[in-house]
Parts: sequence; C-alpha cells; structure tokens
Amino acid sequence: MDKPPERSSLFTTDEAEAPPLSLRQLTWRRFRRHRVAIAAAITLALLFVYAFGGGVIVSERFANFTDTSLRLQAPSSGHPFGTDTVGRDILARTVYGGQISLMIGLTAVLIETLAGVLIGAAAGFYGGRVDTLLMRFTEAVFNIPQIFLLIVMAKFFGGMVPNLTVLGRTYSGSLVVIIFIIGLTSWPYLARIVRAEFLSLKENDFVLAARATGTRNSEIIFRHILPNSAAPIVVSATLGVANAILTEAYISFLGLGVQPPTATWGNMLEGAYNYVATAPWLWIFPGLLILLTVLSINFLGDGLRDALDPRSRTV
Amino acid sequence: MTNLLEVSGLTTRFHTPEGTVYAVNGASFEVKQGETLAVVGESGCGKSVSMLSILGLVAVPPGEIVSGCALFDGQDLLRLKDEELQAIRGKDISMVFQDPMTSLNPVLSIGLQVTEAMRVHCGYSAEQAARRAVDLLDQVGISDASARLGEYPHQFSGGMRQRVMIAMALSCDPRLIIADEPTTALDVTIQAQIVELVIRLREQRGMAVIWITHDLGVVAGMADRVSVMYAGFIVEESDVDCLYDDPRHPYTLALLAALPRIDRRRKDRLKPIRGSPPNLLVEPHGCPFAPRCEFVIERCRHENPTLQTVSTGHRIACWVDIRGGQPK
Amino acid sequence: MTRYLARRVLEAIPLLFIISIVLFILMSNMGDPLATMGGRTLTRAADRLRLTRQLGLDKSVPEQYLYWLVGNDWTRVDLDGDGVPETAGTRKGVLRGDLGTSLVNRGRPVWQVIWARLPNTLLLMLTAEIVIIVGSLLIGVYSALHQYSFLDNLITAISFVGYSMPIFFIALLSMYIFSIQFKAWGLPSLPTVGMFDPQVGQTPGQVALHMVLPVFSLSFISFAAYSRYIRSTMLEVLSQDYIRTARAKGLPRRDVVFVHALKNASLPIVTVIGLDLPLLLAGAVVTERIFAWPGMGRLFLDHVSRGDAPVVMGILMLISVAVVFFQIVTDLVYAWLDPRIRYDTGRAQGG
Repeated sequence: MDKPPERSSLFTTDEAEAPPLSLRQLTWRRFRRHRVAIAAAITLALLFVYAFGGGVIVSERFANFTDTSLRLQAPSSGHPFGTDTVGRDILARTVYGGQISLMIGLTAVLIETLAGVLIGAAAGFYGGRVDTLLMRFTEAVFNIPQIFLLIVMAKFFGGMVPNLTVLGRTYSGSLVVIIFIIGLTSWPYLARIVRAEFLSLKENDFVLAARATGTRNSEIIFRHILPNSAAPIVVSATLGVANAILTEAYISFLGLGVQPPTATWGNMLEGAYNYVATAPWLWIFPGLLILLTVLSINFLGDGLRDALDPRSRTV
Repeated sequence: MTNLLEVSGLTTRFHTPEGTVYAVNGASFEVKQGETLAVVGESGCGKSVSMLSILGLVAVPPGEIVSGCALFDGQDLLRLKDEELQAIRGKDISMVFQDPMTSLNPVLSIGLQVTEAMRVHCGYSAEQAARRAVDLLDQVGISDASARLGEYPHQFSGGMRQRVMIAMALSCDPRLIIADEPTTALDVTIQAQIVELVIRLREQRGMAVIWITHDLGVVAGMADRVSVMYAGFIVEESDVDCLYDDPRHPYTLALLAALPRIDRRRKDRLKPIRGSPPNLLVEPHGCPFAPRCEFVIERCRHENPTLQTVSTGHRIACWVDIRGGQPK
Repeated sequence: MTRYLARRVLEAIPLLFIISIVLFILMSNMGDPLATMGGRTLTRAADRLRLTRQLGLDKSVPEQYLYWLVGNDWTRVDLDGDGVPETAGTRKGVLRGDLGTSLVNRGRPVWQVIWARLPNTLLLMLTAEIVIIVGSLLIGVYSALHQYSFLDNLITAISFVGYSMPIFFIALLSMYIFSIQFKAWGLPSLPTVGMFDPQVGQTPGQVALHMVLPVFSLSFISFAAYSRYIRSTMLEVLSQDYIRTARAKGLPRRDVVFVHALKNASLPIVTVIGLDLPLLLAGAVVTERIFAWPGMGRLFLDHVSRGDAPVVMGILMLISVAVVFFQIVTDLVYAWLDPRIRYDTGRAQGG
C-alpha cells in the first residue's frame, strides 16, 4: 500500500470549510439577494430626497402661496402637478407634505415601538398578574378598530395643542396630536409579538445563567432577551411606518387629521372627491406618492423579514 | 428469477441557487420478487432521492433526472408520465416514509387516509374499503381498529402511526414496498416491533421490500441482499451474509468497524470514520470515498471505479483489493 | 368543544367591560353635550342646570358609567336641584339594550338612529367579505399551483401594489375609470353616488348597481393581501411530508390539492379572515364618505363631528362587541376545523 499521502493533499477544495459567517454577515448576504428589497430601499431613499431635498429647492412660502385666480389648473410647465382649489402649486405641496407624512410615519412608529416593547416585554417577562392585566388592556385596545378610536381622539384632542414654531417653521398643533394618537393606538399588535417572544425566550438557558449570576431584571430584559427578539421588532417597525403613513392619510382625508396650513399627502386629498372628474391631478399625485412610499416600505419589510428569519440558515 | 425492479445508471441532480447538487450518480440495483434489499448509507448519501426518483416524486424543477432506467414490469418508470405513474404508485409499488409524525395528514381521519388508495386504485366502495381497512389495521397490530377508523393521527403514538403507514402501503397488495428509514424516528423497542411486523407480513404476502436504513444492525436481521451507498454512488452490493463475513469495500469495512459491539473489550474506543462526507455541490471526480479511505492509492483520486463482480452476487466499486492491501 | 366555547365567552365578558370603560372615559371628555343639543334654546341658566341633571352630567364619571350600564329607572333623579331626588329615571341601561338617546336627533333612541343605517353598511361589508373570500381562494390556489408562471408573477405584482394602496386612492381611481372615463368613452358607466337613483327608486337592481364600485374599493386591498397569503400558505402546505405521502399513494392531483392540501391551508386562512372585520369597518368609513353611501360609517363621522356622545358611544360599543364576537366565531370555526383541537382527548395509545 502507498505511504499515506500528506493530509493536505487529501482534501480537495471542496473539503476545506468556508469560515463561518457571523449572523450579521449572513443577514446582509441574504438581504442583498433580495433584489426587489434593494430596489425598494433605493426608492425610499429617493423619496426622502424628494421630500427633504426638495425643500431646499422650493420654499415653504411658495408651497403655501394661494392665488385663487390660478385655482384648479391642469398640470403645466409652470405648475408640473397643477394647482389646487385655492391656487397653490401641488408639486411644492407634495414636497412639504411629503416631509410631514414621512416624519409622522417615523415618529409615530417610535412611540408605537416604545409602548409596544415596554408593555410586551413586561407582560412576557414577569408573567402572572402583570401579564394578565397588561394583556387584558392590550386586547381591549386591540379590539376597537383603530380608525374609530382615532376619529374620536382626533376630534377631542384636536384643538388642544397650539401651533408650534420649530427652526423657523410653523407647524399646526394637530401634527403632534396625530403623531401621538397614531402611536398610541398601534402598539397592541407589536406588544403581542414582543410578549410572545419574551415568553419563549425567557425559558432559555442563557436567561437562567444570567439570573444565576445575579443580573438585575432590567438588565436581563434589555441586554439579554431584547436583542434576541430584535428581528420581529425591526420588521414590525418597518411595516409600522407604512401603516402610520396610511393611517394618517386616512384620517387627514376625512378632515380630522393634520390641519392646514401644514400640508400632508393625506390632507391634500381632502375633498378631492368632489373634483374627481374635473381635476384628477388633485388626488392622483399625492395618491401615487403615498402608494409608492407604502409599496417600497412593504417590499423592504418583506426583504428584511426573509433576511432576518432565524429559521433559514442557508446563505 | 427475473428482476421485479431493475434500476441502472440512475442520475439525479438538483439545481439550487447555491449550485448543482449531485445527489445520485449512476446508481444501479435490482430487486427480485419476494426479495428484501437493504440500501445502506449515511444521511444524505442519496438513498431516499433514488427511491423518490423512481416513483417520480422528485420535484422536477429544481430536481432533474439526468439519466437512468428503472424497469418495472417491462416499463421504464423514468419515462412514464405522471398520470401513468399514479396508477403504479400505491398500487404496485408503495412507499413508507421516515417520520410518522409528519407523514400523515393531521386533519384527515385515519380511516380516510387508509381507504383512499383502495378506492382510487381498486375501485372499492366506501363500505368495502372501510372493512378492508379494519382488517389491515388489525394485521398491523392496532387494537380496536373499527372504532379507531374515525380518529385522527394526533390520537396515535409514533409507533402506531408507523403501523398505520404500513397498513396504508399494504392496502392494494403491492408487489414492492419501499420503506425509507421507517424506524429511524422511533424508539429502539418500537423499532424491533416494526421490523418484526414487516418480516411477518412479508412472509404472509410474499412482496418484495426495499429497506433503506443507516443501521447495519437492522439489516442483518431482515435483508436478503444489501447495497451500500456513498455520496450518491453504489459502492458495494452483495448477499447479506457475504457483506458481514467478507466486506470488500473500504467504506463497508469502516461502517462495520464503527459499530459498537457487545463482544469487544470495553476499553476499546469506538472507531469513527475520519473526515466528513463530501460536499454534494461539487461535481464528483474520482472515487468519492478517497479522501477518507485507509487504502487509497493515486488512481482513486482521478478515476471513479465502476461496479465489478468479485464473486457470485457480490459487486464492489474499488481499485484496491483490501484483503491483501494491493491494487487490483 | 362546548367547554372551549364557554371559556371563550367567559373571557370575552370582562374584555367587553374593560372596552366599555375605556370608551366611556374617552367619551365623557368629548365636548359639551349641552352645546351639542342646540345651545340656542337653552340660554337660561335654570334650563341648562335642569338639563345637566337630567342627563346625569352632574354626577361623577364612575356614576355616569354605572347609569349608562344599568340605567337609572330603578332610582330617582333630582331634577329641580333641591338635593332631593324625586323624579324617576327613564333609562334602562346598556345591559338591557338601552343605548340612550341621541343628543343631535333630539330624544331619538340611539338604537333607532343606528338601525336606520346599519343594514346598509352590513350589506356592503358582507358582500365585500364574500368577494374577498371566494376571489382570493381562487386566485391564491391557482397561483400556488402555477408557481412562477407569468400569470402568477403578474398576480403577485398586482397584489403587492393593491395592498399598498390607500383605500381612498382605489375608490377615487375606480370612480375615475369606471364612471367618468367610461362615460367619456361611451361605455355604460357605474353610478357613484348613494344607494339608488332617486328617480328609479330603491329596487334591488339599483342597489346592486350602486354597490359595485363601493364593494370593489372595499374589497380590493384585502383581496390582494389574502391572495398572496393563501398562495404562500398553500405552497407551504404542498411542501409538507403528508402531501408527499398522498402523492406516493398514487392519488390524482385533484385529490391531493383539494382534499389533502386545501383543508390544511384553510386553517390559517380562517384565522386571518376572521381578523379582517376591523379593516373592513375602517374601509367602510372612508368608502361611504366617498360614494355617499348612507351607512354607519358616515353616521359615525357626522355624529362625532357634532359631539353626539351617546350615538358615538353606541356605535363604538356595537363595533367592539362585533369584533370580539367575530373573534370568538373565528376561533370556534378554527377549533372545529382542526381535529387536533376538536378531539382534544390527548390520549395516545400503545406503541
């Protein structure tokens, strides 16, 4: 028999193992493969540039400049998106409206995530009566359809906050109200998810180990369990932005959302149904922008969900 | 006696985003009427895929049956259309799968699942099929069968479910049963019961059995012939006694050596096979076992040995005669 | 099963109570009911005081809640302000079916106000739900069976777009295309306003015609979402081991898909559809506004903007009860369909 060859030459290239990838690398690789999600992310970036960058090109005064002699003009070179019922340029209003709509989406989600995570984590971690109490409350809020709650809260809290002036720009007080009430009515969904995660994760050995070494509860929650349940929270938050933008659009459309002079994509559509035939540009442009934003976020969220799903380990 | 099933040169690949998986590479084996063939090998060596390929149960994208021939009753199963295969599946050739917990439909009653094949293939009415089902369940050792027809899989234990699967497979009196690791997911004691059950039924009905397993202990108790598979290749094929008395392929030797044995001294350590199974994403070149083989020579790494007969009914695919340690 | 049902109902009751409390607290801060009731005629302080006491507004919120719940006809109300209750109350309370009287439609029972509009909304919603279920099942199953075909990809693309659209956009768009443009192109156009053409009268044909666009708008989003969901559920089911077993038995494709696969796929679908009610309601509010459909959504908006607390409260409670009820129904249907829950004996015999 031959002398046993050197070990290294026994192994062809397929035997050599690739170095193991970290979770973050794995996630990024899988996300990258989801080309549509990448395209969506780019689209979103462009929309942000449109809204916030556009604010540099077009002044807010121009967006709010009314000239009733120019009302309801079809798209033209002077007004690429046409003018609205009081002669304001729609393109400019979509720029500033975009800023507000996008901002509402992000901040409302912040509130919603904060509330949802805190409540869900507390319920899931402590269990027992805390859990029952919190979950009963969550169920109660969850079972009242969001839009009805919003309509009532908007009517009630609507006038309470005065107009704010931040960084030289004036915002209607209703903006703050809307952000809060959207955030405060959207958290139950996330709270349930977080609770489910905590319920299952707290049985794991690493939690036991942390407790055995005397780690405080708050540390266990925030530094041990929470990072492990980050994936569904991230996905939920992403999709929550879309939901918040849509919700704001609905309620502004009904006239109960953000009030003038602050423009949002939603309130630009208010009353547009009276002009469906005569001035379709009133609702087509803001509507398309909302659609594009929500669509991109949904694709992005989908891609994130695939990438972050711990069940599939393949690259 | 002619072969009931004769498979030659079966090659199946899967086209995945990560590349092509070379699952089965030119496998050949035969089963005669009433004979029991055991197909042995590690997980992932292509045993299951071979059987699924024959029955047309491999999803054709991403799978692809590149070449091969599977003669059954004078017909090449690999060339038949799905409708034609449907007439054979469950009727002439049945299959029993590995995991009884997931192989039965959880929302349909046991009665329905056992009688389905009979009603489709043998034209029985509902009552006839139900009566036969009770009979079958009885034969496989399920007590109080007629009462349990209306029950659901979750109301049966793992061992019982596997018995139900066997009953299902027998329902149309098939000539060949393919059992894909039917006892792997069960306790050892239940395993023994199932094996005994199959042996008994086999004697009663005279059907042929292909028993896929990675457990050489089970093989010794019930097979007539054995095929050893590695990385999608058949590397040794012989009568069962011959395999244990006179293994000729290094892999078979290593498998037998790795078995824990009751008659060895306790101080001896178990002998695992060094190295790890090959990456099926790489097109096989040379003998697949070469990287792990004790008897490897230069030729092994470049040329893939084909199956050669070394004595009656005993074939191996190897360049080296392990009895003397010399190349053949 | 009956134990399961009983348990769910028993769980629902405290839930409904908590909901009613949350809502009531919200409502009790919703503006000045007196102003709502037509302040012009009540400039005299004495009248205002009397009305305040009649409406029970001088009592604390928990007391108000109590009266709202069980009425005050078992006690006396002090109407003339002398500290001595003398007049019998007239309200029976929610638990006995009395939702109070409207502030805006003076004295009219809330139930009547709601009932005048409720059937119209139900008509829209039920039709929409049927369209959604049937349609998405057909499309979802088809897509799953023809994965990656051109049609499947097209459907997926449309579904994604469809369920990202705000409902008013769909409504306006469909209005624009099917009504206005159709008219412009000389095609028969669909009506967009109200339930029927006043000149023709409220015939079933008229109502059906007027329902087309609103139902379309209402169902499109859910339809798009569920087609995708059913498709992915079917695909997941079709990759299960028991489907492989069914095929290995030589069953025809029809049986494999419609007997083995569909029954398993229908379980998550039932749950998801059951949760659809709140979305449909939300859509109804917007759709009714756009198409001037005389339903509960419009009623709600009207009465909220006019501060009519009893009616608003009544609608909110009604909706919440409906949502909770539907969840129970959904859970029951699910439990009934899934033998693992229905036959929960938990025994596994022998080996």
